Formats: sequence, C-alpha cells, structure tokens
Amino acid sequence: MSGPSTYEPKTGFTRWLDKRLPIARLGWDSFVDFPTPRNLNYWWTFGGILAVCLMIQILTGIVLAMHYVPHIDYSCASVERIDRDVNFGWLLRNSHANGASMFFLAVYLHMLRGLYYGSYKAPRELLWILGVVIYLLMMAAAFLGYVLPWGQMSFWGAMVITNLFGALPVVGTPVTEWLWGGFSVGNATLNRFFSLHYLIPFLIAGVVGLHIWALHVPGNNNPTGLTVKTGADTLPFHPYYTVKDGFAIVVFLIIFAFFVFYWPDALGHADNYVEADALVTPAHIVPEWYLLPFYAILRAVPDKLGGVILMFGAIGVLFILPWLDTSRVRSMRYRPMGRWFFLFFVIACLGLGWVGAELPDNKVPVLGVLGLDFLWMGRILTLYYFGYFLVVLPLLGLVEKPAERPASIERSVLGKDTFGAAAPVAALAE
Amino acid sequence: MTDVNSNHETGGEDSSRRDFLYIATVGAVGVGGVFAFWPFIDQMNPAADTLALSTTEINVGDLEEGAEITVKFRERPHFVRRRTAEEVAASAEVAVNSLPDGDARNANLAAGSPATDENRSALSAVIDDGVEVDETLRASLLVSGANCTHLGCVPTEGAGDYGAWFCPCHGSHYDTSGRIRRGPAPENLPIPPMTFISATTLRLG
Repeated sequence: MSGPSTYEPKTGFTRWLDKRLPIARLGWDSFVDFPTPRNLNYWWTFGGILAVCLMIQILTGIVLAMHYVPHIDYSCASVERIDRDVNFGWLLRNSHANGASMFFLAVYLHMLRGLYYGSYKAPRELLWILGVVIYLLMMAAAFLGYVLPWGQMSFWGAMVITNLFGALPVVGTPVTEWLWGGFSVGNATLNRFFSLHYLIPFLIAGVVGLHIWALHVPGNNNPTGLTVKTGADTLPFHPYYTVKDGFAIVVFLIIFAFFVFYWPDALGHADNYVEADALVTPAHIVPEWYLLPFYAILRAVPDKLGGVILMFGAIGVLFILPWLDTSRVRSMRYRPMGRWFFLFFVIACLGLGWVGAELPDNKVPVLGVLGLDFLWMGRILTLYYFGYFLVVLPLLGLVEKPAERPASIERSVLGKDTFGAAAPVAALAE
Repeated sequence: MTDVNSNHETGGEDSSRRDFLYIATVGAVGVGGVFAFWPFIDQMNPAADTLALSTTEINVGDLEEGAEITVKFRERPHFVRRRTAEEVAASAEVAVNSLPDGDARNANLAAGSPATDENRSALSAVIDDGVEVDETLRASLLVSGANCTHLGCVPTEGAGDYGAWFCPCHGSHYDTSGRIRRGPAPENLPIPPMTFISATTLRLG
C-alpha cells in the first residue's frame, strides 16, 4: 500500500523541515492519508487499543518504579505503601496491574482476528511473526512484573518458571543458577527481574515499530481477505479509522476503568498479598489467567522435559503458521469447514484456560461421570490445539471447497446495486 | 625508494594492505566482542558471597517420633523428619526396581547407589570421631531437600498416596523416604551432605 507520497508541505517551516527530516511526511503517509480497506470491522481496532495499552503500561510503570524497592525485605511493603500512602499510588498500581490483563485481553482478540481472517498469510508472514515476537516479550514482561511485589504467588511463580529451564539436559542446573544468581530464587533474582522488567517494554516498543512498518508495506488485511485492487477499495486512514479506532479505544477504556475502580483484585490472586515464604508453597498455585492455557499444556505431559517442550512448542508453532495453512483463501468467511475448526480452536483455548485453573486430578463437572478428569481434558484439548495447526490447516486447504467470494472489497461493502450487471438473483428478488 | 603502496592499478592504494586492515579489524571486533560479552553474561552467575558455602546445624534430639521440621540450608528449604518405625519398615519393603528413580540421590554416597531406605536415611551420614549416635535414631531420620524435583515447589506434608509428601503444584507423590512414586517429578528428593557432630546434632554441608 506504500504508494507515492501525497504529502504537500504548506508553510515555509514545513517545506524547510521536509527537505531535512521528512518526519511530517512520514506521519501524514502513515496515519492520515494511509489507504485502508473500507470494510474493516471493529475486530481491526485492537491494534490501536494495544498501542494505548503499551503506553499506559510504560507511563504507569515508570512512575511506579519511583516508589518501588527491589529488595526481598522491602518489596512487599513498598507495594503496600504505594497502595496506601503514595499520592494516587492506588490508581497507578491498579492501572498497571489490571493494565497487564487488559493488554493480554486485547492481544488475544487481536491474534484471533488474525487467525480468523487469515492475516498471517502472504504477503503478511513477517508482520505476523513480529507480532508473535511481541507476544513472547509481553509474556516475559508480565511474568517478571508479577514477581516484583514478592508475594507468595510471585515467589512460587518465579520458582516454577525458572525451574522449567532445569529440564534442559546437562546445562539445566547451571542455567537455572545463572538465572537466579544463587542456589534458589532470592534477592539477586528479584533485582535482575526488576531491571529486565523495566527493559522489555522498550524492546516491545521497538518491535511494535517494525510491526507497524511491516503492516504499512502490504497494508491492512480485511474481513473479506481480498487484496486491495483499486483506490475505490480503500479510504484514507484519517478521519475514517482514526475515529473508529478512537471510539473503540474509549469503549475499551471504560471496561478497563471498571476493573481499576470497582474490581481491582478480581484478576489477581489473594495469595499474592501474603509475603513470599521460601519454606511454604501455597496449596494451589496457578499463573495469571492469560497464561493458564500454557500451564495446562505443561501439565498435560507426564514427563518434565516433554511438558516444557510442548509448552514452548505451543507458541513456537505460531512462528511457522504462515507456511502451515495451505488454503489460498485468507478469510474464514469463505471457508465453510475452516470456520468450524476455528470455532473449536477458540473453545479449545478457553477450555485449556479452564483446565489450567483446576487441579489435574479433579473430575470435570458433568463429564466427570464418564471418568473425565482435568488432566485428560487438558490432554484432549492440547491434542486439538496442535492438531489445528499441524493437521487441520495443512490438509484442509487441499480438500475444502471455498464459498463464493465477492468480486472486490468495494462490492462487498457497497452492495451489488451499484454494479447492476453483477447483481445475484437473490438480490434482485428483494 | 619507491612507495610500497603505489601501483598502476590502484593509483596509490594497495589492496593487500586494505585487506589486511579489514581482516585485522573484523578479527579484533569479533574476538574482542566475545571477550567483552562474557562479563555481561557471567555477572548473572552466583556472586562470591553467595558461593561461600554455609552449613546448618540441627538439633535432632528434640524431634519426636513422627514429627517434621523444615530448615533452610544454602538458601533452600530442607525437610527433617523423624519417621515412625512403621513408616521405616513400610519404606524398606519397597523393591528398588519398582521405583521411578532407582538412584539414592545421596551426597554422602557414591553416585548411582540404589535408592533403598537405608541409603536414603541418616544411616548414610558421616559420624565425627568419638561421637556415638543411636542407630534407631539414624535409621528413622530422613533429611532431604524440600523442593520438588519437578519445578521446585515445596510439597505438603502428610498428603498424597503415600502419606508423606504431595506437591500441590503439579501433583507429584513422594513416600516417607522422599522418593518419587507418582507424578511428573523425575528424581527423588536430594539428600544433602550431613555429619553427626554430637549424639543429637546433625550438621548439613
């Protein structure tokens, strides 16, 4: 979609600037005149929402770091002090903690949008891969940040996750001790986690820059999955999508604010208000909701190394997704079988989240009468998760007969009446 | 004298000299880069004060039969359990070849020693010269690392299929000898180096 630039500097200063540093031209071409498919629905607003999430996390995080103390003896108390004594500290901390959840909520919807409409397919493979890199960095940042309050969940979460690396053959123990800076999770670990937690958002911002760059070369995908053919298929980004994104951002912030002001601890665990104790593990430790599906996959395997490999594989498979899906049709709108498999994929992800929150040996409600416990439910759903990527998408593209697609994006939006000759029988009958 | 850098083709520039500078620069940057990188990696390893090994002394005379305490040794929690005679007997009956991990994992014994109850208990502890320790006490004592060998949680006492420890995180069951019996954990709980320095004092490390 990168066409010839339409930017025209109007004043003496902008003409002077444009010859030296064409930054106004870059902004104009990227966010004002950028040609965008005219049929984007609200699922396409999550990119803008995510940019806002990142800014909120960085802003609140920088000011929280002015009050937080990264030491095992003071961390817990310093976080409580932020909540109780620092001016507006309660607001900043609740925004930051809930902001992480909101960030993941938005990123999951953003990713499912990409999966449903085939946004990962050529020519957007790199755009997708950069997105997966951002997602990985987000998980790292979220995990590191969760350790900082030094509550029971912080400590034991850090213990379990760092011990995952202990599953590596030969280098396992040296690597975990290198991560800890000691023989166990301790003060050295907390200090470095704070340092890295501060670093990663800026790495994310850098990769987001690449992500947007990679988006602006082929341009947006759209609900039909059709490639933009003429100017009539597009609208300028401003005002059409600045307004649409802006509206969605405001609605999203209302939901965000509801959690921050009325239900700030709903997405966390009460155990994390208990200071870390290296001698006692809480009876039921679970990760934050956004990591539960991966936790379920980890537990689905009875072998330590196998579980770790499978869990990382669940994210790794996303990197090769663009080459696994053999269908030439991007959008699931026109894939009558694919959309059902996709629906079950979404159910499998939600189901894995549920399994991750439960004890493996407990019986599943209703299905428990058949002897199904959460361990086996997790195994079945894990099988489907990988099956969707490794079997369904590669084979379905070869056997599925796609539904009829509109001739162009423009016609899919403006209807057939504009082009009488192409009107289908059903439309004429109305 | 002729200018060594001069020839007709390069008009005064000697390509072999430029090649040398190029290779020397790339070599210096490459090798130097690796050397400069190492301190940034190595700084994350345990620092000297952390490495300075410590010892922990436990008074096992106060432990009643069936009681358990958790002590800290080298930053990590350790279980100290005085097992009942029935527990020891039940544990001793288990065939080693039926265990998921047949290795004693005992720092006081040679690597690869079988995971018999005897090899797991404080019978394997060193006894200082001139010290006499009751053999029943030694056989009943189990001292082991308290971090599950799966992902490091501390198992709950008195729970699980074997009435000893059950890890709440991912469901590993250990017996009264600290041996993994069921679940994802790959190894038995490790036995630290230990020495009786008096009839009732056990030193770890």
